Amino acid sequence: MMILRGRAWKFGADVDTDLIIPARYLNTSDPKELAKHCMEDADPAFVGKVSPGDFIVAGNNFGCGSSREHAPIAIKAAGVSCVVAAGFARIFYRNAFNLGLPILESAEAAEAAKTGDELEVDLATGQITNLSQGRTYQAQPVPPFMQELLAAGGLMPHVMKRLAGGGT
Amino acid sequence: MGMTISEKILAAHAGRDRVVPGELIEVDVDFALANDITAPISIDRFRRAGAKKVFDPERLALVPDHFVPNKDIDSAIQCKLLRDFAEEHNLPYYFEVGRMGIEHALLPEQGLVVPGDVVVGADSHTCTYGALGAFATGVGSTDLAAVMITGRIWFRVPSTIKFVYEGELRPWVTGKDLILYTIGRIGVDGARYRAMEFTGSAIAELSMDQRLTMANMAIEAGAKNGIIAPDVVTRVYVDDRARRPARYYESDADASYDQVVPIDVSTIEPQVAVPHSPANVRPVSEVGRIPIHQVVIGSCTNGRLEDLRLAAEVLRGRRVAAGVRCLIIPATQAIYRQAMEEGLFTTFLEAEAAISTPTCGPCLGGHMGILAPGERAVATTNRNFVGRMGHPQSEVYLSSPAVAAASAVLGRVASPTEL
Repeated sequence: MMILRGRAWKFGADVDTDLIIPARYLNTSDPKELAKHCMEDADPAFVGKVSPGDFIVAGNNFGCGSSREHAPIAIKAAGVSCVVAAGFARIFYRNAFNLGLPILESAEAAEAAKTGDELEVDLATGQITNLSQGRTYQAQPVPPFMQELLAAGGLMPHVMKRLAGGGT
Repeated sequence: MGMTISEKILAAHAGRDRVVPGELIEVDVDFALANDITAPISIDRFRRAGAKKVFDPERLALVPDHFVPNKDIDSAIQCKLLRDFAEEHNLPYYFEVGRMGIEHALLPEQGLVVPGDVVVGADSHTCTYGALGAFATGVGSTDLAAVMITGRIWFRVPSTIKFVYEGELRPWVTGKDLILYTIGRIGVDGARYRAMEFTGSAIAELSMDQRLTMANMAIEAGAKNGIIAPDVVTRVYVDDRARRPARYYESDADASYDQVVPIDVSTIEPQVAVPHSPANVRPVSEVGRIPIHQVVIGSCTNGRLEDLRLAAEVLRGRRVAAGVRCLIIPATQAIYRQAMEEGLFTTFLEAEAAISTPTCGPCLGGHMGILAPGERAVATTNRNFVGRMGHPQSEVYLSSPAVAAASAVLGRVASPTEL
């Protein structure tokens, strides 16, 4: 699953967590329930249009605002395979790695992509190919520690593995 | 080269002499917290990991504050999860309705977070405690679950932007106006991944309540933390209530900053963030004639005693305009009681405002004051994103309690000087 392929759904800069999953739905943390309302206040039709494997593509500071992990949970459960953005807000960034939602930073790829473009992403190399436009981009490298988290399957397995190993 | 206050606190908690921005470190956590929205996921992760006990029950607070008193059956179930977990693990700092408050007003008030701490909370406004001279930052539920088990967390050491506030505040200008002005200047990602250090003679003059308001909104500029070096105001606040020893740090004179931003506060009038971004800030005199339907005075940003006193000062002898609902939400039980004893409630009731038990409620569009399509609110809260207080076609204007109260009286966004 290191090669992802799907269509792009384009959003602007500063997409906040209230747009990703409005707080009125936070009386549950059930991924299936949250997925029904993913991106609802940015595009009420999004959930009906997105197909499994598709990408959310956005500008800078994606996921700003609240710490709610319901945001990456909703995105993942809606079938989105990866978020490509010019940049991420820091809590969202941590949450995505902790949950195993792939995210890539590339201002160029994010800016050029249009809704409906076919994208291919190689998670191992960080290469983003816009098949519709015939262009290729290199995402910012994933820091080694975050790669370790991804390899362990997220933060909790990483922590438990270290505890079991008597590490610090 | 010296270190900033944030770097010193992180170094001390990493067992190191020094740290530099960009480094990845692991630190001991002094205090952790979660609420009724975020804790259910943390508890689920904790249990699935097979963890048996909390790293230190005295260092974890569970505060049901967002959708309490329980707004519906699902919220009641989420709160019950917290209550059951607290009982199972003998957590002394689970705060039930009747004893609770909005987490970021409650924990400093109760002396549970103190200067020099590293505080991690599953809530983005955890950065509030930076006002005490602590390193405090928000994380997600899974990060918090790992802290609940290990008492430790990894951080990338942030670089720091230093803000120097000098000059004398104009009438009705508060900490809220300073932080709105600052966010307006640098933008919602202006301090992304970085520390915001608030310094200068104008900060030294601010009360603890107003400092807490400033640090609270550091996240609205994307910051990892906001921080104010402890001084005599801090010590007076902390001495009466600290439940653990405080450690007082300050930045070295030769500490290195990403950027130093001088701000002359004497030029600043009361500020308003207009929809739909906390960085969309302008002086109240330039907002124009905007009719409103609701006013909310409360939240982790501005629900403290001084905020209520300020609102009362404006509302005294006046009445909320026809067609406007004015909701006043003291942030904790202690604030509620003190406000009542000072007679502020009489002022509010005579002005025909409604007084609520502590809750985050309307700030995040949960309950207790949701907006219909086309409705507009002035709120002392922290975010005015699309749909934040209700319908996606409603609007929120962010302001200080003084501007909010004046707006309630005049039925439009207004400055207290217009009364």
